[in-house]
Amino acid sequence: MENLVNIKINGFDYQVPAGSTILEAAHSAGIEIPTLCYLKDINAIGACRICVVEVKGARSLVASCVFPVNEGMEIFTNTPKVIESRKTTLELILSTHKKECLSCVRSGNCELQQLCKDYGIEDANKYDGAFINYAIDDSATHMYRDNEKCILCRRCVAACEKLQGISVIGANARGFDTHIGSAFEYNLNDVACVSCGQCITACPTGALSERDDTQKVFDAINDPAKHVIVQTAPAVRVALGEEFGKEMGTIVTGKMVAALKMLGFDKVFDTNFTADLTIMEEATEFLERFEKKENLPLITSCSPGWIKFCEHYYPEFIPNLSSCKSPQGMFGSVAKTFYAEKMGIDPKDIYVVSVMPCTAKKFEAERLDHTAVKGLADIDASITVRELARMIKKAGINFNNIPDAEFDAPFGLGSGAGTIFGATGGVMEAALRTAYEVVTNKELPDFDAFKDVRGVEGVKEATYNLDGAEINVAVCSGLVNAKTVLDMVKSGEKKYDFIEVMACPGGCVNGGGQPIVPASVKNFTDVRAARAAGLYNDDKNLKIRKSHENPDVKAVYDEYFGKPGSHKAHDILHTGYTERAKY
Amino acid sequence: MLKKISSIPFKGTPEQKTKLDAVIAECKDDKSQLMHVMQEAQGIYGYLPREVQVMIAEGMDVPLEKVYGVATFYAQFSLSPKGEYDISVCLGTACYVKGSQQILDKISEVLGIGAGECTADGKFSLEACRCIGACGLAPVFTINGEVYGKVTADDIPGILAKYMD
Repeated sequence: MENLVNIKINGFDYQVPAGSTILEAAHSAGIEIPTLCYLKDINAIGACRICVVEVKGARSLVASCVFPVNEGMEIFTNTPKVIESRKTTLELILSTHKKECLSCVRSGNCELQQLCKDYGIEDANKYDGAFINYAIDDSATHMYRDNEKCILCRRCVAACEKLQGISVIGANARGFDTHIGSAFEYNLNDVACVSCGQCITACPTGALSERDDTQKVFDAINDPAKHVIVQTAPAVRVALGEEFGKEMGTIVTGKMVAALKMLGFDKVFDTNFTADLTIMEEATEFLERFEKKENLPLITSCSPGWIKFCEHYYPEFIPNLSSCKSPQGMFGSVAKTFYAEKMGIDPKDIYVVSVMPCTAKKFEAERLDHTAVKGLADIDASITVRELARMIKKAGINFNNIPDAEFDAPFGLGSGAGTIFGATGGVMEAALRTAYEVVTNKELPDFDAFKDVRGVEGVKEATYNLDGAEINVAVCSGLVNAKTVLDMVKSGEKKYDFIEVMACPGGCVNGGGQPIVPASVKNFTDVRAARAAGLYNDDKNLKIRKSHENPDVKAVYDEYFGKPGSHKAHDILHTGYTERAKY
Repeated sequence: MLKKISSIPFKGTPEQKTKLDAVIAECKDDKSQLMHVMQEAQGIYGYLPREVQVMIAEGMDVPLEKVYGVATFYAQFSLSPKGEYDISVCLGTACYVKGSQQILDKISEVLGIGAGECTADGKFSLEACRCIGACGLAPVFTINGEVYGKVTADDIPGILAKYMD
């Protein structure tokens, strides 16, 4: 039995679990205490003082995000003293905040703006005084940082350190000069940042944001000489709806496709198709390596944040990386070769846009060393889910009220195996579904055969028997967990044959390019699980749930690549990696 | 105050590195020793340039940004080397009321560097310090420990000239 304590909140009696914070206790009683710096599990530092409450007998106001309840505690969350304190804190934060809300990308979903509204800030300039001017850091491919909008909550710092184990950003200097930056004030592009964007989704304000490529895409659409096609990643369909008020985990594939068509894309394709293609290549690659016992464990290469991490921090594992391009990259490659030929369009005139749950995909799109057509990028623009939502809103498309539409041929079919790529464990499960049938020549008896690799845990392990051969697999998400796994492999403590790594905790459903979820929701809901559930449901409802049964994939092999792992497939669908400096 | 990052090339010697390696070897299993290692490193090198901070980050297995964050938080750490002649101007209460700020400003003007910095030729470094216990001589400053008392801003060029060959 859970240990309960009796407390009073605002005069009412409650029983709450011992050890919970005042914030959690109040939440369970239906009272929301505002927060700014607090992010569950990673940033409980009691720094911002927005969550203060009165506790009977306490000398001063206490920070409810870190203050534990105890027996008999009497808490007041709403007294004039509390309200006045929160209001003053907000006014002081505003004194060093660049208040350009009208043109700010986060206007409408800024946590600071929301609090100012909730607390009725009348004079945003009440404490105007010294203001430090910071240059915007837009050096990185995937994002920018505007420290003039930073409120020093350190949520980004916590995400970089605690989720990803990277810490390329932190608080520099002291007192009024304190600012978030990198060592020796280097720009983000000059440090070993992996472009995952977890700092962006942690940021309560507009201080951090993705590089906005929407104008580039509008320009391409409006260029009559360009054949503009778009692909949408598996995890986009389960998150885009949130931007239009849908419940978390709602699949909006039909509306998404319809909106993309209304935006003017010539063709709307499904990245699930190239996710299936990736499985064909990667399962083949795995079985080859497994047979030869060469470069094992094989490690997945779908997550560009992970790839960049490996190149910077664990270059000794580069030979273990799958040489397969990611589904995004494979799509661009197939579009500019097979599709161009089939449609009779010069690949130079094909403009490939991808909609990704990811900021690192922008970086991946600009890796030009192994493109399918020499001198041409595989991907011309990679935009996040947030950017797509912005485009849809700008175009005046009433997302919730348009009829569903279907993906176009010939890359419109994706299997359930492709869909679950969006959640941690999905690539592994998809690969196993195919590897099982290839190796055993038997039909997979149960779609839940590999369910041990599902779920939001940071590290999952399983052993499967494929026709007598034991295969040890590991699945991890969040680079801090990848570190743990790689270190165990390095020390010889663990032996795996196949490892799936996703940079973002929970996989792409929780990617750095996904809709921003405010801390008030994130602190009490598992975003990863809610969105992943949507994808697994989608998988369950699909007729085709194995990559090798996807007729579009079969067709592309029959008509073009021959068979998985063929010379042509290697030329076009595979890539290479480069060791990168850590400092 | 924001610390100035020196652009003077790093001139560490193998002996210095051996000393730092020994300190790190002793402390590397306890990350809470980071401050201690940084203090020792500053003792060895006189300051904490990027090269030294990278050695500490690698040796202690902490991110470089962490080391830099600590180095820029605490006043005791310097990102600039000490010059051949290290000048320290007392800004303690007695000296301050006797006008030591003007002394600091004048030295700064003559040498073209601010407090916490070192001239590009590595000759002079300048620092503001707290009371050195020579209030009777206020305002005072020291050059490599040699005390100059009851000085005025007008005396500065002459005093510094003695150190410039």
